[in-house]
Amino acid sequence: MISDGVEDEEKWLSAGITGLQQNAFYMHRALDSNNLKDALKYSAQMLSELRTSKLSPHKYYQLYMRAFDELRKLEIFFKEETSRGCSIVELYELVQHAGNILPRLYLLCTVGSVYIRSKEAPAKDVLKDIVEMCRGIQHPVRGLFLRSYLSQVSKDKLPDIGSEYEGDADTVMDSVEFVLQNFTEMNKLWVRMQHQGPTREKEKREKERSELRDLVGKNLHVLGQIEGVDLDMYKEIVLPRVLEQVVNCKDELAQYYLMDCIIQVFPDEYHLQTLETLLSACPQLQSSVDVKTVLARLMERLSNYAASGAEVLPEFFQVEAFAKLNNAIGKVIEAQENMSTAGVVTLYSSLLTFTLQVHSDRLDYVDQILGACVNQLSGKEKLDDSKSTKQIVALLSAPLEKYKDIDTALKLSNYPRVMKYLTDGTNKEMATVIIQSILKNKSCISTAEKVDALFELIKGLIRDLDGNLHDELDEEDFKEEQSSVARLIQMLYSDDPEEMLKIICTVRKHILTGGPKRLPFTIPPLIFSSLKLVRRLESQNESVPVEEATATPEKIFQIVTQTIEALSSVPVPELALGLYLQCAEAANDCDLEPVAYELFTQAYILYEEEISVKFPFLHDSKAQVTTIHLIVGTLQRMHIFGVENRDALTHKATGYSAKLLKKPDQCRAVYACSHLFWLDEHDSIKDGERVLLCLKRALRIANAAQQMASATRGSSGSVVLFIEILNKYLYFYEKGIPQITVDSVQGLIELIKSEMQGDNTTADPAADAFFASTLRYIQFRKEKGGAVAEKYEPIKV
Amino acid sequence: MNFIIGAFKPACNISVTFSDGKSRKQVPLKKENGQTVMVPLFQSQENISGTISIEPVPGKKVEHNGIKVELLGQIEMYFDRGNFYDFTSLVRELDVPGEIYERKTFPFEFSTVEMPYETYNGVNVRLRYVLKVTITRGYAGSIMEYQDIVVRNYSPSPPINNSIKMEVGIEDCLHIEFEYNKSKYHLKDVIIGKIYFLLVRIKIKNMDLEIRRRESTGSGTNTHVETETLAKFELMDGAPVRGESIPVRLFLSPYELTPTYRNINNKFSVKYYLNLVLVDEEDRRYFKQQEVTMYRLGDTS
Repeated sequence: MISDGVEDEEKWLSAGITGLQQNAFYMHRALDSNNLKDALKYSAQMLSELRTSKLSPHKYYQLYMRAFDELRKLEIFFKEETSRGCSIVELYELVQHAGNILPRLYLLCTVGSVYIRSKEAPAKDVLKDIVEMCRGIQHPVRGLFLRSYLSQVSKDKLPDIGSEYEGDADTVMDSVEFVLQNFTEMNKLWVRMQHQGPTREKEKREKERSELRDLVGKNLHVLGQIEGVDLDMYKEIVLPRVLEQVVNCKDELAQYYLMDCIIQVFPDEYHLQTLETLLSACPQLQSSVDVKTVLARLMERLSNYAASGAEVLPEFFQVEAFAKLNNAIGKVIEAQENMSTAGVVTLYSSLLTFTLQVHSDRLDYVDQILGACVNQLSGKEKLDDSKSTKQIVALLSAPLEKYKDIDTALKLSNYPRVMKYLTDGTNKEMATVIIQSILKNKSCISTAEKVDALFELIKGLIRDLDGNLHDELDEEDFKEEQSSVARLIQMLYSDDPEEMLKIICTVRKHILTGGPKRLPFTIPPLIFSSLKLVRRLESQNESVPVEEATATPEKIFQIVTQTIEALSSVPVPELALGLYLQCAEAANDCDLEPVAYELFTQAYILYEEEISVKFPFLHDSKAQVTTIHLIVGTLQRMHIFGVENRDALTHKATGYSAKLLKKPDQCRAVYACSHLFWLDEHDSIKDGERVLLCLKRALRIANAAQQMASATRGSSGSVVLFIEILNKYLYFYEKGIPQITVDSVQGLIELIKSEMQGDNTTADPAADAFFASTLRYIQFRKEKGGAVAEKYEPIKV
Repeated sequence: MNFIIGAFKPACNISVTFSDGKSRKQVPLKKENGQTVMVPLFQSQENISGTISIEPVPGKKVEHNGIKVELLGQIEMYFDRGNFYDFTSLVRELDVPGEIYERKTFPFEFSTVEMPYETYNGVNVRLRYVLKVTITRGYAGSIMEYQDIVVRNYSPSPPINNSIKMEVGIEDCLHIEFEYNKSKYHLKDVIIGKIYFLLVRIKIKNMDLEIRRRESTGSGTNTHVETETLAKFELMDGAPVRGESIPVRLFLSPYELTPTYRNINNKFSVKYYLNLVLVDEEDRRYFKQQEVTMYRLGDTS
């Protein structure tokens, strides 16, 4: 059925074109022989093809365009005819003898164009006459095309300032009247189209109507191009009349299109000066009209206008553009009861963009907008659909982007209130946006108050919001989010230690609510941030003694300790242990022995209670080994401990080392412990005896490992351990520890050599290379000369 | 210069020449045989004068019992064919009985002739004016020659010429108000008006304005009425809505109209009507007919 309809239409169109061409042919012949009578006859017959009702607008347009081309030729003929002495008045009458109205009116328009050009009558009279006569076409499509033809042939003949048709009798006003009338009639026809034909084809008709909209809109373009339409005329006549038509036609499609047309066609400064009028029409539009887009476009235009130069900005203030827009938006929302939340947010989002562009200094405006938005959102569900979410994220991001400074956003009291209406997901998204903005702009948040507000804003990332299920979340995403929070914590900084402490406390308060999943991400940056403060205090201490300061290292260490304790709930003992050690080192730098000792104790407790217990199996012992090395490494650097404390700690550390499960691990841990007893720069810690002890113990373990290997696998293991121990020997030998003798070094070398040449040794190129390079080192030292060379001299390679 | 060749075997040529023949306006007239000829135009109270020349065939003589010229005003009813009714008959004797050997011209004059009716060619009736030259002969039969003339009478603009304004309609279906600027139009006039739609509940396809001529002939039971549509002028295309006002501008000059004739010599009348026709989508016609008076305004062209 439908395809038949299309085919039929094609047939009708081609039939129409054939008829048109045939008559055009006879018309041309008449034109060539200057036969006016025949020219009129055949042109009327040709135009009769346009009387068809069978074509869709699209097809009708094709027919119309052909007729249009032919009419151009006819117009030229009419012009020639008048120069040959035929009176234009007579011609104007002659064409009206045609019996059918549509051809008659096309001819009238054509001859009217010549009439105006002849200037035998005032242009306004001719225009008025034609536009009145065109009322005879009440068929929407035919009427629209006819009037569009009229608009087309008349647009270069409108009396306008500086145009040749302007005169005493003809003023711009006449042109405006003419165009307005044609516009009004066209719009009526256009709107009426929807009611014609069966209801079931409504959708198709609306599509067809949409295709025709530019015919109507063209009139507004013409109005926009009339130079003589100055602001006053636009304000007093053009806009009110156009709006009257727009509002009264009560048609969704037309209202939306025409409002948009008005906005696009007329100059910005006109819009600005007539803002009130234009906006007052918006609440009067049909409730189904997409007013938000209309307003958004308007604000976009005005924003661009504002951006065009600073000199236009005073205009905006003068007309109170913001207040008017804000007011209008409120009214529109009120008028359109069923406007979606997304629509509401879009409106405010556009207004915000406008405000940021035009009144960038008026933070109160921004806050007002957010406030209004909150009012609209209140009583509604949280925003769940993707559209409104997108819009609200845009709304909230705009100030961040504009001011590039979170400080400003934090000043907006309504900002967090808007965020309350977001779903958890959106909240998180928004929080991410905020953090990204801060990171991107490297803005520094420097007061505890702001930090508090900020964390309130990004709470979506800081803690689980009610009803949020963990498993929904992608692990990767979560990590990403939390890492960004961690980065954010680094951005919080105040030069004032007191304030910084407050910031730390605030952050701590917030992140501690984050639950076990977040703490491992959020606590470390806070700890490091705190330690940074401690170091800062330490370096200042000497120069500025602060009285009654709360921001003392002791205080901070307390907080820090408590914070790390929170990690026990996760639990991530390695992390906590690492942090304790970090703190201990910081305490070391501050000369706070008890604190450092306490921290170490905490670390040891963790090791004993968590790590060594938790990882008794082979495959997990790696963590244990790492931890040991960490402890040893840190302890080695600690210099504030008294002998007793130090002994206690080192004793424990060596003890832990010896208890490792795998022999190689044991061996390495033990020789690492040797460093605990020899610190170059501290005379108190120079215990060669115990260094040697450690190394010997390591050798024993290495031997045992070797034997174990040969017992289980039938071949002795690698000699790498021996080589490593040799390197330690060399290190301490070079340091000049008396207990490390040439003989012991020499013995070890011999041992390694014999091991390597042993029968059941498995070839190990890495070990060979290692040993070779060790020997090369010795050789190198020997050749270097001086005291060192002397020391190495006795060693035989 | 008119040379009317007689239908009979030409014993002589008779021609009628009007004294102001060169300057007088000529108008087309449709003859009975369908041919259109140009004939001089007169109006009532004019002098009809000229010369009649009789030229015998060379070498022959025309014997006659007298020569006369008549001016006849005749009404001919087609349904009563052949039956002329002469409402005017004027005679001028041109010559006493005698013989004509060579071309001879006779002046004639009918002064201030009363010609109250216009020449008219209708469907059922014809009104004509004719000059009839008769050469009376005893036995050979008289020789007759006819010369048509056209009479048109002009009227001044009527002092009172009201517009026609009327509201018509079908209840709850269609209400319109139409207005024509005058009730009396001259033949080259323009009808200006508008149709205002007060109520439209039907789907109108288009609207035409027709000019209809009603010719009634005879009287009493013998009356014949013939109606012709002379003009069909489309006023509107498509369906209007309530409140629309459609302009009317109809130039009358392209149509062959005559003035309204009322009871011409008790024989016939010709009346004109404007018929407003609305056609709906099911091709139903709604119309309202309104008489207008036509008159002939002094022809300046």
